[in-house]
Amino acid sequence: MSTNGARRLDVAAIRKDFPILETGIAYLDSANTSQRPRQVTGAMMDYFEHFNSNIHRAAYHIAEVATERYEASREKVRAFINAASTKEIIYTRGTTEAINLVAYSWGRRNVRPGDLIVLTILDHHSNIVPWQILAAANGAHIEFVDIDERGELRQDQFHELLEHSPRLVAFGQVSNALGTINPAREMVAAAKASGATVLVDGAQGAPHQGVDVQALGCDFYAFSGHKMLGPTGAGILYGRRELLEAMDPFQSGGDMIRTVRIEGTTYHDLPWKFEAGTQAIGEVIGLGAAVDYLNNLGMDAIRAHEREITEYAYEALSDIEGLTVYGPPPSRRSGVVSFSLAGIHPHDLATIADRDQVCLRAGHHCAMPLMTRLGVAATARASFYVYTQKDEVDRLVGSIKEAQRIFK
Amino acid sequence: MSTSTAADDQFYREYILDHYKNPRNYGRLEHPDITHEEDNPLCGDVVGMDFKIKDGVIEDIRFHGRGCAISQASASLLTERLKGIALDQAKKIDKNDVLGELGIQISPARIKCALLPLKVLKVGAYGLASDEEDEE
Repeated sequence: MSTNGARRLDVAAIRKDFPILETGIAYLDSANTSQRPRQVTGAMMDYFEHFNSNIHRAAYHIAEVATERYEASREKVRAFINAASTKEIIYTRGTTEAINLVAYSWGRRNVRPGDLIVLTILDHHSNIVPWQILAAANGAHIEFVDIDERGELRQDQFHELLEHSPRLVAFGQVSNALGTINPAREMVAAAKASGATVLVDGAQGAPHQGVDVQALGCDFYAFSGHKMLGPTGAGILYGRRELLEAMDPFQSGGDMIRTVRIEGTTYHDLPWKFEAGTQAIGEVIGLGAAVDYLNNLGMDAIRAHEREITEYAYEALSDIEGLTVYGPPPSRRSGVVSFSLAGIHPHDLATIADRDQVCLRAGHHCAMPLMTRLGVAATARASFYVYTQKDEVDRLVGSIKEAQRIFK
Repeated sequence: MSTSTAADDQFYREYILDHYKNPRNYGRLEHPDITHEEDNPLCGDVVGMDFKIKDGVIEDIRFHGRGCAISQASASLLTERLKGIALDQAKKIDKNDVLGELGIQISPARIKCALLPLKVLKVGAYGLASDEEDEE
């Protein structure tokens, strides 16, 4: 991770790496999925066109290259999040599969009847539903930490819940719906002190804030490649080694075994124990290239750029009559602005924005409990990344005014 | 940026906006013979309908709900069409009728908004399986 905080992103140069932006779209949906630069698609094409083969098996040259690049990507991810060992980096399809892996392999064995699981109202469905299924199967119960009027987690309530010694605490580093940056380090420390196992959903954190999992101190950290300039289909579960060693496999079959006999099977070492079957090899290689790309820009510079765009958008949108912005002030949020317009449904706004080639998300953002808490069915959401520039925010403002004119 | 005026907007046509802002047959009926509500979980839109049936005829109808202009205008238009006709006749109303009445090109992403009120009618008024309308 770069420590050069003074460096600024050269957004004009960055945009040249993203061919899709030449189509003229204003892409304001990066919290949903980011775009991918040529460097990422190029690394993938290189695999598909020059050394496409399966990993960890074949004895011929191109398979050795494929294996080498697949495992090199793992080392890049390890360094990116500062994990102690590549044994702690498990490739999954994405954040959802990573959390499901923990709920299944760790949860089924470790969560007992009467246990408490603490989640938050800000969480994405992928960090709620797997725990609901686990709680129902194992007889545990779930409590949700509420938010205050600024859309920030109520730490008083969180600490009260910790007094009941939860078995598991799981929360998002950054809210995908409101952009709220949670005080993850303090929350992990308090949860660990209460004796809980802690999972942090980093899907909206790693791409924008970066992470140092050892400093954060969590037991598990899940994130997706496709929200950080990588392809879909490649995500990561970080887990502390002693926990992963003790866990049962998730999916089973090829490549995750050491020996299979009719009498029984012994499993492969970490991390391969959790990577059954043929993996998304091209995607994992692409993810490695995405990590290189982010490192080149520097996470501090990325964060500074997003903050500048977010402040600009927050002010521009707040100035519009009849518009309500949800969530904390720009200094305490990631590159996400969720809002609603009086008398105009978010879907209608998104349709009108689409006619101006402005890609805007409208819906519940896979956070229905939060929408219920806010008393809305849906919001519109603009989200930003390394390639976002202010004129795209201006185009959004233009679409909003157009919608207001049509619906006046 | 679009330069169309509200009146000549090809999607948000004046009559659509009119039905959205001034919905016909909006509200609830006391002691309805049939009442049913459906939602679109993707966008949170909700449409419900109350029916008063006499001798097999829809004597009165009201709808309620919340959602985008398309789902609410579609509900308003549908209630206008349903009021006073026989249930047997109502059963013949299909997706093409509803889309035809809206009279605009609807993208795949918004088709469920337009057809939500029809789903309320089909499931509520004559108990068809709720996934009937899920096919494109």
